[in-house]
Amino acid sequence: MTLFDENTQAIIFGMQAQVVQRMLDFDFMCGRKTPSVAAVVNPSDTRMLAVFFGSKQVLVPVYASTKEAFQKHPVASVFINFASFRSAFDTTWDALDLPQVLSVAVIAEGMPERDTRRLAAKAKKLSKPFIGPATVGGLTAGCFKIGNTGGAVDAMIDAKLYRSGSVGFVSKSGGMSNELFNLLSHHTDGVCEGIAIGGDRFPGTTLYDHVQRFEKDPKIKLIVVLGELGGTDEYDIADAVAKKKIKKPVVAWVTGTCAALFATEVQFGHAGAKSGSKKESAQEKNEALKKAGVFVPKSYDDFGELIQKVFEKHVGKIPAETQNPPVIPEDFSVAVKKNRVRRPASIVSSISDDRGEDVLYHGETLTSLLERKASLGDVIALLWFKKKLPAWATEFMEMTLKITADHGPAVSGAHNAIVASRAGKDLVSCLASGLLTIGPRFGGAIDDAARYWQAAVSQGQAPKAFVDEMKAKNVLIPGIGHRVKSIQNPDARVAALKAYAQKHFPSTQHLQFALDVEKLTTQKKGNLILNVDGCIAALFLDLFDSCPEFSGEEKRQLVDIGVLNAFFALGRSIGMIGHAIDQKRLQQPLYRHDWDDVLYL
Amino acid sequence: MAQRAIREIDAKNILVHAGVAKWHGVLVDGQTDWKTLSKDHPWLLKEKLVVKPDQCFGQRGKHGLVLLNADLKGVEQFVRKNMNRVVELNGVKGPLTHFLIEPFVPHQAEYYAAIQTEKDHDVVFFSLKGGVDVEENWDRIQPFKVGVLDDLDSVSFGLPKMPERDAVHAFLKKLYRVFAENDFSFLELNPFCMVDGKPVLLDAVARLDDTAAFKGKWNVEFPAPFGRTLSKEEAYIKSLDEKTGASLKLTVLNPKGKIWTLVAGGGASVVYADTIVDLGFQKELANYGEYSGNPNDEETYLYTKTVLELLVKGNGQILLIGGGIANFTDVAKTFKGIIQALSEFAPALKKKGVKIYVRRGGPNYQQGLEHMRQLGEKTGLSIQVFGPETHMTKIVPMALEELK
Repeated sequence: MTLFDENTQAIIFGMQAQVVQRMLDFDFMCGRKTPSVAAVVNPSDTRMLAVFFGSKQVLVPVYASTKEAFQKHPVASVFINFASFRSAFDTTWDALDLPQVLSVAVIAEGMPERDTRRLAAKAKKLSKPFIGPATVGGLTAGCFKIGNTGGAVDAMIDAKLYRSGSVGFVSKSGGMSNELFNLLSHHTDGVCEGIAIGGDRFPGTTLYDHVQRFEKDPKIKLIVVLGELGGTDEYDIADAVAKKKIKKPVVAWVTGTCAALFATEVQFGHAGAKSGSKKESAQEKNEALKKAGVFVPKSYDDFGELIQKVFEKHVGKIPAETQNPPVIPEDFSVAVKKNRVRRPASIVSSISDDRGEDVLYHGETLTSLLERKASLGDVIALLWFKKKLPAWATEFMEMTLKITADHGPAVSGAHNAIVASRAGKDLVSCLASGLLTIGPRFGGAIDDAARYWQAAVSQGQAPKAFVDEMKAKNVLIPGIGHRVKSIQNPDARVAALKAYAQKHFPSTQHLQFALDVEKLTTQKKGNLILNVDGCIAALFLDLFDSCPEFSGEEKRQLVDIGVLNAFFALGRSIGMIGHAIDQKRLQQPLYRHDWDDVLYL
Repeated sequence: MAQRAIREIDAKNILVHAGVAKWHGVLVDGQTDWKTLSKDHPWLLKEKLVVKPDQCFGQRGKHGLVLLNADLKGVEQFVRKNMNRVVELNGVKGPLTHFLIEPFVPHQAEYYAAIQTEKDHDVVFFSLKGGVDVEENWDRIQPFKVGVLDDLDSVSFGLPKMPERDAVHAFLKKLYRVFAENDFSFLELNPFCMVDGKPVLLDAVARLDDTAAFKGKWNVEFPAPFGRTLSKEEAYIKSLDEKTGASLKLTVLNPKGKIWTLVAGGGASVVYADTIVDLGFQKELANYGEYSGNPNDEETYLYTKTVLELLVKGNGQILLIGGGIANFTDVAKTFKGIIQALSEFAPALKKKGVKIYVRRGGPNYQQGLEHMRQLGEKTGLSIQVFGPETHMTKIVPMALEELK
């Protein structure tokens, strides 16, 4: 009897989304009505698993315990264990106790031999086939597959695993099983059932266990075995063939013939692949099989041809292919990798890239930035302007941030941050509360000023004409005027910025224009001075002018976008965060405005 | 790996720790300070001693490598005389580097006990005639089977008529329990004896199942098999293998060989080696190796680099990058590391005229193979690339044509 049929359902231990998807792809390919995975067991997270069955999305239930999963899914009969070698023993032991479980597969490599042997002994006592450990599993073609057996969708199609053939195949190696499915699809009518018992010294079931099953299954006409040096399992097969307990034709090859010719003893990739004695060598085993009447090729290279010869002689001609599998919709990510689909991107980004090993800021790696001791201004230049700017310019940007960082607790932004902090809000909420006050009346003057300076200078307007025009329109000039400072009591911040610019900036025409305007306005009133916003605005325009990297169009666009206000928002965030922290540190209670201070109408 | 030999001192200490018998001993090597040794182990001055190499090989008595009934001075002389001496045992040559010193126990009868594992049971062997001639008296050994699911408390052995039969039985029962509970895969006491009704461990050989290390029942070092010293490169790959969940194996068979292999998969790698040997080129096969279990590209890069260093240093002419049709390993991803190493070594490989043959299938193999082809075009390396439509070992005869 084959281990599985088209109604077999399994419970998977371990959150293996990709495995479940591959099993369901196989199911769909085989034309199954129901998915072969009934449920998943995952003690740490029981959110349902969304996968595709064909093009339809289905939700696979996830349970915290194996027992519960089987209780809720009484049809499930196979337990596929993806637990690590540390925990696979206990979980498999318990699953074997459930009467509903008819077979188990353990995928983990490195399970202690005694643990495996005890599980195998228990499984044998209960007559429950135990496949593994250290294997990919196995499959019944056209019906059911364990985990990753058969590989990717295109490999399963190539090997025609979606429909039953008449070969029963068993190997030690999981990796080679897929290779053999492919080989059998070329040299026979394909595999009926294929099992990889795993590379350990004491696998849960032996090659011979499966050969015995194949003998009893009427669908299977030919038995193919791929053994390996180490152990004596193959002798059981030879013995049974010699005694005619196995009557179906058997083609077998034991790999590892090279070992005899090596001067040193080699531990091959599989734990069991080491010939302790001559009896366990590949040569001896191949010889014994041949003597018993098993068809044994001269080398692995001839395996396929010999299989075909035996198939044609004992089973018949390889029939022409009649069945085509349903096409499985490809996963978008896979199709993209293979260059088969395209789609306009939902998001376009041109400033940074986190796909590689090192994050790129406008093409420069973080490592390189740190190595060259780049300043915060350099980072802003890369991420906001997509340029590497000279040191005088990035230093100016940092000056702006320092100057705008805070302006005491009474201004709108800080006040809001304080009120939010005292209401018990988290730090980010306090900052957001403060940031939301930035606009036309608070902090917004830099952008406005920049627009006027830029327009006037680019049109070659004389300062006098500009002031007159603004007066005629009855618009207060943004960037001009201060509440307390005046021509006699100048703003220290403006003085510092002016001094820096005059020393370092190659061009200061916007600053000059603003100062000319100031000369005219201060004649009218002492406090109509160039304020810090107006000064920053003028100087950024000069900075753009001084760097040939900025085109004229770009300069206008940046001012339109309102990028200068970003300096205020970023700089002032430092202060607002400070106020929020300060309030919490001082354990200030909820703020409530005084009734006395409200005019009730 | 699974079954690995451990030193006699570790084997005995596990048994002593579990209460099977009383015993003490000390391991000495080239670094041992003989001046402080007896301070730490005062019994060395009080008792008559035995000293013997402790490097996981047997038949030490037959090879005259055991000194019996000596004092500490005699022991020191024996060790100094033999330390680093190269000896040949059953065709394997190697230096003596570790010696076990233990008390000398005068005794009469020498018994034999051993336990080995079979698929669904263990076999406990017992013989009244232990000692160096046990093999000549093999037919006198009695085997007792114990099923792996048997209750450890009710295990019993039908021992022959002998003195102190009950004490020996109790000892064997305890010994078996420790064997089972500590994931031993082989244990041999040849001989052990009974003194005043108590068992004395005279000689022990043992293998543990190293996959059980996570259970934390013992913490022992697994010495390299006697005479098998790992080359720098082999040791490096071994250290990589121990750090990762994937599998990376490398054995250099002939550093001057012309054929180097870089094969994915424990099963496929053996088939490639077989095919090369079958076609009569075993002398030219430089290495056995495999990578599997979905290693990341960093790991395949380091692995490939190590193989290429050896190839370039030696007489490499052929590089076989082989593998079956993978089940879940992303071929393009594992190839990424291989390609990185190949491009670094491209000038050296071109200078030697190395011919590269690739055969692989599995998830994303189309992209992996395409990248290999592009590497050939970009670097001018001779790379021939084949997918699952080509028989797995077909590239072997193709490559070997080059050597004819």
